[in-house]
Amino acid sequence: MTEEPIIQLKGLNKTFGSGEGQVVALDGIDLSIYPGEIFGVIGLSGAGKSTLVRCMNLLERPTRGEVIVDGQSLTTLSEKELRMARRSIGMIFQGFNLLMQRTALDNVCFPLELMGKSRREARKKAREMLATVGLADREKAYPAQLSGGQKQRVAIARALATDPKVLLCDEATSALDPTTTLSILELLKELNTRLGVTVVVITHEMKVIEKICSRVAILAHSHIVEMGAVEEIFRHPKTMEARTLIYPASVEETGESYPGGGRFLRLIFDGQATVRPVVTEMVLACGAPVNIAYADTKLIDGKMYGQILLELPGDRVTVGKMLSFLDDAGVKYEEEEETHNG
Amino acid sequence: MGNMLGLVGTGLLETIYMTLGSTVIAYIIGLPVGLLLVVTDKEGIRPHLVLNRTVGIIVNILRSVPFIILLVWVMPVTRAIMGTTIGSKATVVPLVISAAPFVARMVESSAKEVDRGVIEATISMGASTMQIVRKVLMPEAKPSLIIGAAIAITTVLGYSAMAGIVGGGGLGAIAINYGYYRSNSQIMLLMVIVLVVIVQIFQEIGGRLSNKTDKRIR
Repeated sequence: MTEEPIIQLKGLNKTFGSGEGQVVALDGIDLSIYPGEIFGVIGLSGAGKSTLVRCMNLLERPTRGEVIVDGQSLTTLSEKELRMARRSIGMIFQGFNLLMQRTALDNVCFPLELMGKSRREARKKAREMLATVGLADREKAYPAQLSGGQKQRVAIARALATDPKVLLCDEATSALDPTTTLSILELLKELNTRLGVTVVVITHEMKVIEKICSRVAILAHSHIVEMGAVEEIFRHPKTMEARTLIYPASVEETGESYPGGGRFLRLIFDGQATVRPVVTEMVLACGAPVNIAYADTKLIDGKMYGQILLELPGDRVTVGKMLSFLDDAGVKYEEEEETHNG
Repeated sequence: MGNMLGLVGTGLLETIYMTLGSTVIAYIIGLPVGLLLVVTDKEGIRPHLVLNRTVGIIVNILRSVPFIILLVWVMPVTRAIMGTTIGSKATVVPLVISAAPFVARMVESSAKEVDRGVIEATISMGASTMQIVRKVLMPEAKPSLIIGAAIAITTVLGYSAMAGIVGGGGLGAIAINYGYYRSNSQIMLLMVIVLVVIVQIFQEIGGRLSNKTDKRIR
């Protein structure tokens, strides 16, 4: 990418407290997010991902390092300039954070009022925004009368009312059920395409990343341990942390606890259009059963990603047949000895 | 008896005048002080420890002086402001001095109920401290502020009756002068009943108003 990044974090450090009780939340974070992309940050709880996103609009002031958004170095701005800069950075939250004593429409009007827009102008824009998120008919409803998904839609409308260039989403779907999560993610994707707003998604759920992100950073122990295109990370998770997130019941653990022993074969699916039931076909073709010790595959855009761990039969001839079958089928595999507990 | 009713009527009006007047003035002082305490709190939107502590200590000192002592103690101030130390008008001064810090604490506790996340969301939209106070803290805490006001009014009402001892006006003065000094137990009972009824009315109005404005209940 030759474009200038819209968000750039340079050598970002954040520590909470001091002395004995000091906690390092972020340590040496370097990150560039480009205009128009949907960038994901994933990590287990306590990894520092919420702190990371809160540094992007200086809700949290970094201890060291630079935050550059849309060409402005936020840490050097005066308070007034920072308030101005924040208008071009929308943010939504896990808890929606709507004003409970205002209607949906007045919630969306809020950031426009802050800018000094007239009531008429604000309402006009707010109505447009509510229509965009599919809630035109609920403008008079108070947050208490809305479902979780509807509340998040209002929050999205509110965050985008000032036409920001960036939308930060801090665990925005974590309080929602799977169906609602999906509809909110689809909305974010649609708004990203339609308005060109850059979206930063913070989550602990891999499925959120899979669904909408183009690039992802994996955050663990205050560091970015892996970063790249989502497909790439899914295909070859290099670090333990990435594997833990992508395959929640980690392959290593399963291998260890498997009681059978003998030889294992790890089938690797990295994006071929696999509509064929490969394992079943292989078993039928070779006339010998295999034991599926572990499997975790995902379909992304009609392509298969993931791994299947097979325990092979003892018979060398059959194993040979199986390997050549897989070669013919174009499936990548690795042979593995049983992992021992040391 | 007709004379008596007239007396009670005047006393009632005086009490209401003292109570509402003092409460209003107490809010003019206490509301900003309470908001200041929330804003400058170490968890607040503009932490300022020195200011917060100083104001907090002043509020605590005033709150810890029993009203009956304050009443006598501030008499010079009362005379300086009102020109007299007797009657319901004079009672307003100690009532305000006593109620304002109480109101400040009530406002503080109401405003602290506002969800931290909501405040953060508005900061992320670029709201200034004043905008947060005016457009978030106060409107969002409104139902709780109204309940607080009802409690403040009934407290001030109780204090205003106490002022009867040092020559303040209102129902308290009647209860002391006729009920106590002249041992008229009927008058005493009547005053108690009237005060109970007034407290009930204010509390009821406050509760209903609060529920009516609170959009969280649906």
